[in-house]
Amino acid sequence: MSARAFDAVTLVHGAASGPVLRLDEPLSFWGGLDSATGTIIDRLHPQCGACVTGSILMLPSGRGSSSGSATLAEALRLGAGPAAILMLERDAIVVVGAMVAAELYGLACPVALADARDWESLGAAASLTLEAGPDGAAISADL
Amino acid sequence: MAVELSSFDRELVDGKHGGGAAFAMRLLVRFAEAVDARAFIDIEAAHVDGCLYHGRASLDFTERMIELGGKVRVPTTLNVGSVDLIHPELFRGTKEHAENGARLMRAHVELGCAPTFTCAPYQTMWRPRFGAQIAWGESNAIAFANSVIGARTNRYGDFIDLCCAMTGRAPAYGLHLSENRVARALVEIAAIPEDWDSEQLAVAVGHAIGRRCGGLIPAIVGLPAGLSEDDLKALGAAAASSGAVALFHVVGRTPEAPDLETACGGLTPELRLQLTAEDLREAARSLSNLDEGAPLGAVSLGTPHFSIDQFVRLMPLLDGERPLIDIFVNCSRATLDEVRMRGWEKPLHNARVTLVADTCVYVSALMKPGVGTIMTNSGKCAYYAPGNLGVGVAYGSLPECIASARAGKVVRL
Repeated sequence: MSARAFDAVTLVHGAASGPVLRLDEPLSFWGGLDSATGTIIDRLHPQCGACVTGSILMLPSGRGSSSGSATLAEALRLGAGPAAILMLERDAIVVVGAMVAAELYGLACPVALADARDWESLGAAASLTLEAGPDGAAISADL
Repeated sequence: MAVELSSFDRELVDGKHGGGAAFAMRLLVRFAEAVDARAFIDIEAAHVDGCLYHGRASLDFTERMIELGGKVRVPTTLNVGSVDLIHPELFRGTKEHAENGARLMRAHVELGCAPTFTCAPYQTMWRPRFGAQIAWGESNAIAFANSVIGARTNRYGDFIDLCCAMTGRAPAYGLHLSENRVARALVEIAAIPEDWDSEQLAVAVGHAIGRRCGGLIPAIVGLPAGLSEDDLKALGAAAASSGAVALFHVVGRTPEAPDLETACGGLTPELRLQLTAEDLREAARSLSNLDEGAPLGAVSLGTPHFSIDQFVRLMPLLDGERPLIDIFVNCSRATLDEVRMRGWEKPLHNARVTLVADTCVYVSALMKPGVGTIMTNSGKCAYYAPGNLGVGVAYGSLPECIASARAGKVVRL
């Protein structure tokens, strides 16, 4: 196993590692994620049925309902949320859900903005480690 | 780059306006950093969608605000909750869910929000004015406020909409700023299925642009003149379900799009999309997973909440044979009052209509256990009901929905 490092932009602080789950399409957590089980339930999503729990979730962008933040915060509270989220576009709804879980429960789900050029390589990794701090984020990939 | 705080913003952070406002402002500052905003602006109103119970997290957040002595600083409306406080007997979920849902709704009222409990606040006395800076939650309401009214809001989600309400401030980014409101996608409606009414057309166009425009603001040309506000409401709701559409321009119809050049801000669109009649039929078909003739358990109308004009359309369709299955119509308290004043409650009841206020069938437990299939005239309800309720769904026009309710199965006209 070899490791590779990537730079990213911190959206929500924290550190986490886990297996990669790369979504092929944007997902709305509300209506799209079961907060109790972490399962994707959007029937029109290509990865309907997949489980985000404990993963480094590669979510290109948010979508749909503005109620996604509470679903994410609730999934994190219940331990069913992802370990971290990597995005290609800033998404306020995702950021807020992760921030509130941190404020209310002290649970870290770091969120970072990855470089589009790295997306393929990151998605091909078996697992990722994200360290998102005030001066930027570093991702290390086990290929 | 750091966010620049005004002296008032600093007072908020420092707790000079109370602990609730301080907690809200601290979250807003981190949020502003995350979305790369450089400063805050004043807002004149907020619409909060955090009163729908998604579990403990939303209740814990709101109760923290109350403990800190928080009150909203601008007029604030509320989106739908989990229970109908006017007809609490309709709720069929667990007692715990009913209690927590009602508690969350009342907690928001305690913070000073108006108990509107509607996803169509733009069709109430709280409608914002053109150009108003606002902080709204609820995807369909955001799309309507930006597109149809020309008010300015980003897609604020739960928690942050309340933080904006508690401070009267919003980060200056995205759709608050003129330069970000121009269309970047041109959507040309090349042909329209001849047998469709304007609502069907609006839903199909909305669903298609949501799926195909990505994050780009679309300018739509080729729609017939005279689309009603309810049609545009249906378009925005469908587009904001299948995509992240927060603003669309209908050239010649919506206020920031008197013509194509103005809608695009003089720029060349990044994406050009042509929708044929077959594309639109396919978009409508993809909203159904039930075939014609499939047995139905219920019909649900009013996602977003039914307006009084939509009741005017509905009433004559109900003349005739009594439906075999229940028809739920979701509306605001204010619209319900108007329906009662017009003497329509009894004829609606006689036609098997259950009026639902404060909430919506697709986010609450209102249908009899065992209802496994529903039909709706809403692109948004059709999109979310299978995931939320675990039901099969048929999308159809309003007349098709009523004909299907009479037959107890999916009827196509």
